[in-house]
Amino acid sequence: MKNIVSPSFSRRSFIKTSSLAGGGLLIGFNLFQACKPEAAPPVDISKLNFNDFNAFIKIADNGIVTIFSPNPEIGQGVKTAMPMLIAEELDVLWDNVHVAQGELDTENFTRQVAGGSQSIRLGWEPLRQTGATARQMLVNAAAAKWGVEASECTTKEGFIFNANGDKLGYGEVVKEAAALKVPENVKLKDPKDFTIIGQDINNVDIDKIVAGKPLYGMDYKEEGMLYASVLRPPAFGKKLDSFDDTEAKKVAGVQSIVKFGDKIAVLAKDTWTAMKGKKALKANWISDETLESTEDHDKKLIELLDGKDFDTMRSDGDIKKAFEDVDQVIERTYESPFLPHNCMEPMNFFADVTDEKVRLVGPIQTPERTAGAVAELLERDLKDVSVEMTRMGGGFGRRLYGDFALEAAEISKVAKKPVKVVYSREDDMSAGIYRPAIKYRISASIKEGKITGYHLKEASINSNMYGLIPNFFPAGAIENYQVDVASYQSKITTGAWRAPYTNFLSFAEQSFFDELAEILEVDRIQLRLDLLQKVKGTTDERIQYSPERLENVIKVAVEKSGWGNSKEGVFQGFSAYYCHNTHVAEVADVVLENEMPVVKKVTCVVDCGIVVNPLGAKNQIEGGIIDGVGHAMYGNFSFKDGEPKDKNFNSYRLIRINETPVVETHFIESDVAPTGLGEPTLPPAGAAVSNAIKAAKGIRLYKQPFIENMKKEKAPLG
Amino acid sequence: MPIYNLKINGQSHSVEADQETPLLWVLRDHLNMVGTKFGCGIGQCGACTIHLDGSATRSCLLQVSMVENMEITTIEGLSEDASHPVQQAWKEVDVPQCGYCQAGQMMSAAAFLEENNNPSRLEIRDAMSGNICRCAAYNRIEKAVELAASKINQTS
Repeated sequence: MKNIVSPSFSRRSFIKTSSLAGGGLLIGFNLFQACKPEAAPPVDISKLNFNDFNAFIKIADNGIVTIFSPNPEIGQGVKTAMPMLIAEELDVLWDNVHVAQGELDTENFTRQVAGGSQSIRLGWEPLRQTGATARQMLVNAAAAKWGVEASECTTKEGFIFNANGDKLGYGEVVKEAAALKVPENVKLKDPKDFTIIGQDINNVDIDKIVAGKPLYGMDYKEEGMLYASVLRPPAFGKKLDSFDDTEAKKVAGVQSIVKFGDKIAVLAKDTWTAMKGKKALKANWISDETLESTEDHDKKLIELLDGKDFDTMRSDGDIKKAFEDVDQVIERTYESPFLPHNCMEPMNFFADVTDEKVRLVGPIQTPERTAGAVAELLERDLKDVSVEMTRMGGGFGRRLYGDFALEAAEISKVAKKPVKVVYSREDDMSAGIYRPAIKYRISASIKEGKITGYHLKEASINSNMYGLIPNFFPAGAIENYQVDVASYQSKITTGAWRAPYTNFLSFAEQSFFDELAEILEVDRIQLRLDLLQKVKGTTDERIQYSPERLENVIKVAVEKSGWGNSKEGVFQGFSAYYCHNTHVAEVADVVLENEMPVVKKVTCVVDCGIVVNPLGAKNQIEGGIIDGVGHAMYGNFSFKDGEPKDKNFNSYRLIRINETPVVETHFIESDVAPTGLGEPTLPPAGAAVSNAIKAAKGIRLYKQPFIENMKKEKAPLG
Repeated sequence: MPIYNLKINGQSHSVEADQETPLLWVLRDHLNMVGTKFGCGIGQCGACTIHLDGSATRSCLLQVSMVENMEITTIEGLSEDASHPVQQAWKEVDVPQCGYCQAGQMMSAAAFLEENNNPSRLEIRDAMSGNICRCAAYNRIEKAVELAASKINQTS
């Protein structure tokens, strides 16, 4: 009989060790796939090979632990939270742990990062396993030294103890540990024994940030590098016809001018000169197609909603029948504009394309995909292309796309120089990959005061909701339920924007339920709770939200926000949502100042499982909510003849500190695995605010941004 | 191109640059002081805030030819070792998310607290409203300015 090898989780293939030449133990590990058989951690600490390993742990002979994490930070705090998971199981004092960015490696390698609020969820098991394995190796080494059983030894704060009262520091056994076999099936801590997870830990880059040290792509420079400012078509749908660079060449300091595709780059030794040179370019643009305006999009999307041409994403029961056998049909349409990401650090990227290799450095969330795209564009072997990531001045989805890295590569190839492309704010806002404009139409069939059918239609620009989104609440709660989607193909580039689709879908649905409660004359909280009862015990595997957990955050939010007991002049709005594996309920407190709504406070209840780092988690929650409030209130982005109307912060409004609510966060205590926080508090914020505005002014808002559209709405009579 | 003598963080620097070059780019590209950030280029976001003779100023709008012989302070010179009460408060409150705007935020806060070391929340919100934080770490910025004020009052 053939021996069948089971694909069981073997630590040995994920973790490898070496004894460092300068003293200390080095552990190289891979998170989501086995190490290559030949992979070995170096004995020289300056030669960390992130091609073979995701990260390294160094335990020095003085017991100090250094975690070399190659993943830079986008702003969600994972660079702090992920090492916390390792340190917890390693059982060391956090004060003795240093987190270092992997040294810049000029050899060929590509790093991996998780996105979509998934880093902590996916890293939870493997990172703790890694820490626990390292701890076990040190224990085994100490036990051998003492001649006792490893099972008799315990650890605490970087020391190993045995039953005889002997004590050894981790640093004292690193040499022996490095020579041992990597143990398998190590035991993880009981969550009640955690000493680091659940503590407030400061951002590991905080010292550099407050001192203004170089960290970001924008700060990156190399000897001989030129800065490139790129003139791109001013409108989606326009192409370059001809250009005149006579004046640009006269700008003192301009080094060269490179045309590539429909774009022209001006290269100089400093950013300002490159930008000045770009402004001196004269270009003629042509278009043989109709140029799109926001009014056209509005018309097209409404046509789609009115039409019959949909893809059905989920269908339960018989929606047709439900809408025939009714007392009442309630139908509402919700509308959102395009949104730019507006990362504070404008897009930028460094490229050095030579005959030998292609080196790329900059802020990017998708290094692998970008390396592949550059290799294809330049017709180079993928192994010649390296992508080095810097810290990112915000992402929000924009840095999933490597368009700016491709530009840098193309310019460097033509110019035969190391080049850094730098976007101005105007470039950043007008060459975006925007959140698409979307319209939702939601209909409910009502029979004898009950919701018998729910029909959600989505009309979006370029693409539609995906994955499990059609199975989010209220899927499973209403017998006859259908989600239909359609899209209009536009020349305007669109993509992921913090909490894709749910960032607006949540507003539509949570506004709709609020209005349904008013029409049915039932309590708006009870309506949601009643619907959730029907989901309990579901066997539908597509439904990943937990009705119990959603019910719980709703009830706690009611209690913590003083729902129904607000002070005179304070109007409250409710919203609850599940996305990115996290359950959230929010209550917005709105007051009127000069008849305009001002959001004073948002009470937020979050069930994200175990909270790894409450300090960092609250920062994400506060930021997500204020981001959600800000874009719902002010975010207005439109096009005229293919060109964005707003290109900088003088006319495009982002929320500022004097418009910001105080966010009060409550976590649900939990012992289940953690889920992400970068996105899930944003989606419910818009509906909480609009439901509060309804309470304050009697105006029901169907369109974002609120401030712009409130001017157009009239309060209903009576 | 003309040469300008600048006094930055107590040190003299001479820079050869086009007279229109904003101080922001002189700092970043000519002098390798990259703590001062580029955000919008039109004085709307505050990422490039520096002190000019002690006042918070947007360096993206300041031509190099206008600032000779003036005292320029950047985030690198706010303190030698990140010990300024504002920097300390920013660390304690753990303000940053992406962190990109924070040098500008801290420079605005430091200049504001020089004028008013016992501000109300409303005054803080008003004073800091010229600085955008896209990650919206605003609740913490507010707290950190308040904490910095109390630190300043303790030592003075």
